[in-house]
Amino acid sequence: MLCAVSPVAAVASEHSSEGVDPKGVIFHHLGDQYGWAVPFSHHHNIPLPIIVIDEEGGWHVFSSARLEHGASYDGFKIATEGDYHGKVVGVKADGSEYRPIDISITKNVAALFISAFVVVLCVMCIHRWYKKNPLKAPRKGTAMLELIVEFVYGNVIRPTLGKKAEKFGPYLLTVFFLILVMNLLGLLVIFPGGANLTGNIAVTLVLALFTFFMTNAFGSKHYWKEVFWPDVPMWLKFPLPIMPMIELFGLFTKPAALTVRLFANMMGGHIIVLVLTLLIFIFGAFGPVATGATTVVSLMFSLFMLLLDVLVSFIQAFVFTMLSALFISLAQEEGHHSEEHK
Amino acid sequence: MELFSPDFGLIFWMFVTVLLLVILLGKFGWPFIVKSLEERAALIDKGVEYAQNAKEQLENAQQEAAKYVSEAQKQQAEILREAAKMRTQIIEEAKEAAAKEAQKVMDAAKLSIEQARKESELQFRSEVSQFALQIAEQVVRRDLADDKSQAELVDKLLNEVESKN
Repeated sequence: MLCAVSPVAAVASEHSSEGVDPKGVIFHHLGDQYGWAVPFSHHHNIPLPIIVIDEEGGWHVFSSARLEHGASYDGFKIATEGDYHGKVVGVKADGSEYRPIDISITKNVAALFISAFVVVLCVMCIHRWYKKNPLKAPRKGTAMLELIVEFVYGNVIRPTLGKKAEKFGPYLLTVFFLILVMNLLGLLVIFPGGANLTGNIAVTLVLALFTFFMTNAFGSKHYWKEVFWPDVPMWLKFPLPIMPMIELFGLFTKPAALTVRLFANMMGGHIIVLVLTLLIFIFGAFGPVATGATTVVSLMFSLFMLLLDVLVSFIQAFVFTMLSALFISLAQEEGHHSEEHK
Repeated sequence: MELFSPDFGLIFWMFVTVLLLVILLGKFGWPFIVKSLEERAALIDKGVEYAQNAKEQLENAQQEAAKYVSEAQKQQAEILREAAKMRTQIIEEAKEAAAKEAQKVMDAAKLSIEQARKESELQFRSEVSQFALQIAEQVVRRDLADDKSQAELVDKLLNEVESKN
């Protein structure tokens, strides 16, 4: 319930006095901020470090609290308009703005660190159990984690990769747990959740690039032969390399598909919940009856969507892992007989 | 659109975090967990197999035991039958021996009876011959000079009589 009610409260606190700008609110929630909003108040932020490198290569590290409410510090401010809207920009001597190299610990980055920390905790939890009680089944929370590990490893990684499961299993399990934790934390509305991490294309892009690297860096000779000299009639690959071009293009469509699938699914879930919540404020203009009715309906739908998103979080993490395992296994094939599956 | 243009800072941190996570967990976390999982699975498999074997062996043992019991019962019956046979045989033998003994006794008795009869016959004969002689003496009223030849005569006569009988 907390999940469903909180966005309403959060938005309410934000726009109680002024009119609603649905697009602005949605993008604000989907996007990234310097500083993390304290629950139920948009005027107080948990400050996060801003790390920027200016044009001359000088490092600047300071708290995001110094740039709040349009303030500028050390020649930097948060742009309120233009291409860099909402980002830290440097102000040159002549008054023009430029974008420094910005590796600030933003809300998303902080959420990422928290997610990674949670993943490490989960792994340590299982690891410690097995260190203490080898050959014994864990209980309670550890058992649940172990169940997920067994589910992913036993149902996806081992059957797909066969003998190579041991080599690529750790990567795939790490990715699965990271995506799952990021997805689920994203569904929480207040700190330490609320960051739309997996609905951010940068995050999914990096994950897809890692899979791309794992696929191609360890690809077998046969795999590369199939890319550059596939088993097709000669005129399809010489003198004009039509098939190799298609195959080469195919290498990049795979990570692109991974990127967009996870990104679109998670962002879609966030947008639907946000829109449902905003409906209350849009219909608020039509009087108390309409507001009340919309509130009930919106809350019910929000709750439903958020519960659905819990399912989607798991499914998307699973799908990403499954497809990664599949791509990697395809690149591992030797000759014409496919690898023996367990 | 801000949403579709990946932010460099986030890409950088994401890259660093994932790389660290993969290296850290890939080295110290997952291999051990996966190994433990598989070891446990193997142990459970082995346990199940062991239990199945044990069950099979138990069933075999039960069958064997049943076989032994039935065999023992068979042997028991055999022994009992044998004993009964032996008993009857012993009784039979005893009976036979008794009968033989009885026969022997009877034979001996018969023999002695026969002997006694013969003796008494002889005695009876000599007495009869004496009586006859006395009767004859009385009849002829004379003392025959030679008793012995007379006795022989009578004896001959008596033999004749006997053979006639």
